[in-house]
Amino acid sequence: MELIPYVVAYVALGVFLIVCIARFFMWSSMPMHVRWELYPVAHEPAHRSKYGGSYLEDVDWWKKPRERSLIGEIKAMGAEILFLVALKEHNRKMWWVSFPFHFGLYLVIGCTALMAGSAVLGAISPSIIAGGFGSFLRVAIMGCGYSGLGLSLLGALGLLSRRLLDPDLRDFTSPADIFNLAFFVIAFGVTLANLLLFDRDFSRSFGFVDGLVTFNMVALPGTLVQGWMTTASVVLLSALAVVIPMTHMSHFIGKYFAYHSIRWNDTPNVLQGGPQEKPIQQVLGYPVSWAAPHIKGDGKKTWADVATEEQSK
Amino acid sequence: MTAVTTTVQGIARGDGPLAHIDTAKQPPLPPPYDKPEEEPPLKPLTDKAHETYEVLDDTIVVNIRKPKDKQEEQELVKKFLSGLEKLFTKENNWTFLQPLMMSMEHCAKCQTCNESCHIYEESGRNPLYRPTYRSEVLRRIYYKYIKKGSTWVHGDIDLNWKTVSRLIELAYRCNLCRRCAQTCPIGADNGLMAREIRKIASQEMGIYTKELHDNGSMLQLTVGSSTGMNSLVVKDNVEFIEEDTSEKLGFEVKIPWDRQGADILLIHNAGEIMAWPENVGAFAAIFNAAGLSWTMSSDLAAYDGINYGVFYDDVQFARTALLHAKAAAKLKVKKIVLGECGHAHKALTVIADRVLTGELNIPRESCMPLLRDIVVSGKVKFDKSRNDFPVTLHDPCNLTRLMGVIAPQREVLQHIVPKERFREMEPHGCHNYCCGGGSGFAIMSGHNFGDWRHHLLGRRKLRQILEAFANEPMGPEDYKYICAPCSNCKGQIRDMIEYYDAFEKHGLYYSGLVELIVNAMADAQPGFIDWEWH
Repeated sequence: MELIPYVVAYVALGVFLIVCIARFFMWSSMPMHVRWELYPVAHEPAHRSKYGGSYLEDVDWWKKPRERSLIGEIKAMGAEILFLVALKEHNRKMWWVSFPFHFGLYLVIGCTALMAGSAVLGAISPSIIAGGFGSFLRVAIMGCGYSGLGLSLLGALGLLSRRLLDPDLRDFTSPADIFNLAFFVIAFGVTLANLLLFDRDFSRSFGFVDGLVTFNMVALPGTLVQGWMTTASVVLLSALAVVIPMTHMSHFIGKYFAYHSIRWNDTPNVLQGGPQEKPIQQVLGYPVSWAAPHIKGDGKKTWADVATEEQSK
Repeated sequence: MTAVTTTVQGIARGDGPLAHIDTAKQPPLPPPYDKPEEEPPLKPLTDKAHETYEVLDDTIVVNIRKPKDKQEEQELVKKFLSGLEKLFTKENNWTFLQPLMMSMEHCAKCQTCNESCHIYEESGRNPLYRPTYRSEVLRRIYYKYIKKGSTWVHGDIDLNWKTVSRLIELAYRCNLCRRCAQTCPIGADNGLMAREIRKIASQEMGIYTKELHDNGSMLQLTVGSSTGMNSLVVKDNVEFIEEDTSEKLGFEVKIPWDRQGADILLIHNAGEIMAWPENVGAFAAIFNAAGLSWTMSSDLAAYDGINYGVFYDDVQFARTALLHAKAAAKLKVKKIVLGECGHAHKALTVIADRVLTGELNIPRESCMPLLRDIVVSGKVKFDKSRNDFPVTLHDPCNLTRLMGVIAPQREVLQHIVPKERFREMEPHGCHNYCCGGGSGFAIMSGHNFGDWRHHLLGRRKLRQILEAFANEPMGPEDYKYICAPCSNCKGQIRDMIEYYDAFEKHGLYYSGLVELIVNAMADAQPGFIDWEWH
């Protein structure tokens, strides 16, 4: 019985990682596509990115060294990930509920990471965890945990109500969207209730994470109700971790590609015989089966063939 | 606009239009068009059009005939599904598979992009014109009928001939300006989705607009230009332009053809040669004055930078881009420079970058940086006082939001227009609004689409122009210059000014950037800009 939460958590973590890796692989192994960038592009140097300019503003741009600002990219991504700046700028009503939801998630993840880190540190050097630094970690864990769960819960409730009540959103909302948000509300609600009722100092939670990290799956002390509540929290959070990467909520992976492979993908094919030409030749060799009369793709003709066919009226 | 049905599933249901036009519900324009009586009336569709075609919203672009019988209805649906399936294969759609999948899978349906769309806003926020609407229809069809997924997860939709014909027509209610994509917190691109629907129609079903296909890309690929000009006619016209420009400027202006080994192959939108010859003459005057080694090409399609495939068909796009590159390779030029045409810029400079290889991979650049360097270099003398009138600058989407070419044209204006005379539109640069003619609409006016285009698509641009000139006198002799360095945009702005009679009544005049440059050339006779309506 005491093993159940540990097993569920391990399985969920495994599934989460496998699905995330599979999604990452899916996006990264897609064929080359044509350039479809959208300005501003964040890795342009600051003097250009501030107004959305590009290297194409230079005469003979292909003869000049490309300036790419990694700092610009990190700043733009950091602000977008942490504060959802696009939503804040363009849809403030939604931002008021989406921002706490997402920021709360980050804090919950941070809380979990701090607990895991503390467990590792405790296994390596128990004296550090027993000292002042350990106390500081405990405060940080509790701060991140309570504020994260609280913010996410509020955000999820806000998102749920907007999905149900706003006519603009309702027509575009599927039952699964409602289910996903309700799932967040229940999982985070139960976890927060468990903490407030039975684990105010996070000692049981820390004990569980410590057991997970050190593979020391001991039964957590406490009453039967406490045990059931802890198990319920772990099972719900684990199920959530499994569901997230399998739905459109996996946009935390897709968004990387949306920006780096599409929006900001401005890498020019500068040189004749350069590194981009081989993949281009490969895709131009794909067979075409578009059936319209001006193409007549038969599944044998390639893109190179149909693109070079002479046209007659 | 009054919505008859506003739900996603409503696209499959009912007879007749899904939306009606009610101009009284549109946001009013600024003065002097703030009174409803100043607005020209919107011509209704004929009864015959209603009988013949499936009507989405009181105008028609694609002309999809109502099926005669059940078999034709089923055929339409079958072909659409066949195309939709191919759209998600790497072999048939390597060109856009990743961007498409990204938008299919990750749109959070938060409706953030709606507010950025000039069509939705200017329609009085009709739900039919939300950038998300057509994408959601496509998404539901794909997951239900191709992937056989759960409607509980992806939402439900019925698929019948009305869904198909309305969706294709609706794909032509988007300027493809991608302003919506710019605001998406996730990176979804509903402009792209509209284009992908157009692709299914064209590449699989053979359904397209006559203007873009028969009279557009096919004419260009067979005759040489979507204007219908073959190489002999174009050379004749250019000869006339040489004479006219020389006479206007007071010195000889020659336009070289097919000069082997020239540094630059200049490709204009051939619409300039037909409709705005002064633009072609102005380019020649500037390039010659700067001592550039340049040429034009009389090869098939190479004297017309138009590439309408950008708007509806990847195959037609690739065919046209290859002809442009082949002409440059034949002449052994060092680079191709695109004239004042936004979509030609994006087509050949950016999109074709992943199509052209080997000897066809010739460097390509915008004319804007080159013009900036010429103007700033001091090789040509300018007299700003010749441009002493209010000037505003329109940013073509393809040049700015989609290529990031924003500063050069402004630097040019700083050198040729008195500072206090320049009026920036808001917003501008990469956050600009489309002129309303984007995605090929500037050349479409069948049925009552010309009226519709100005009532809805171009309305935001007119609003911006009027706001930019808000503190200027608005009498007919108080000329104000809208600098629109793009042929499509110029076409749209010209038609809109005409529609609102804004030149005759309020002195709103439009033209390109090179005309302003030449108008300020100190060595030329003054008066290149003649303030005559073209």
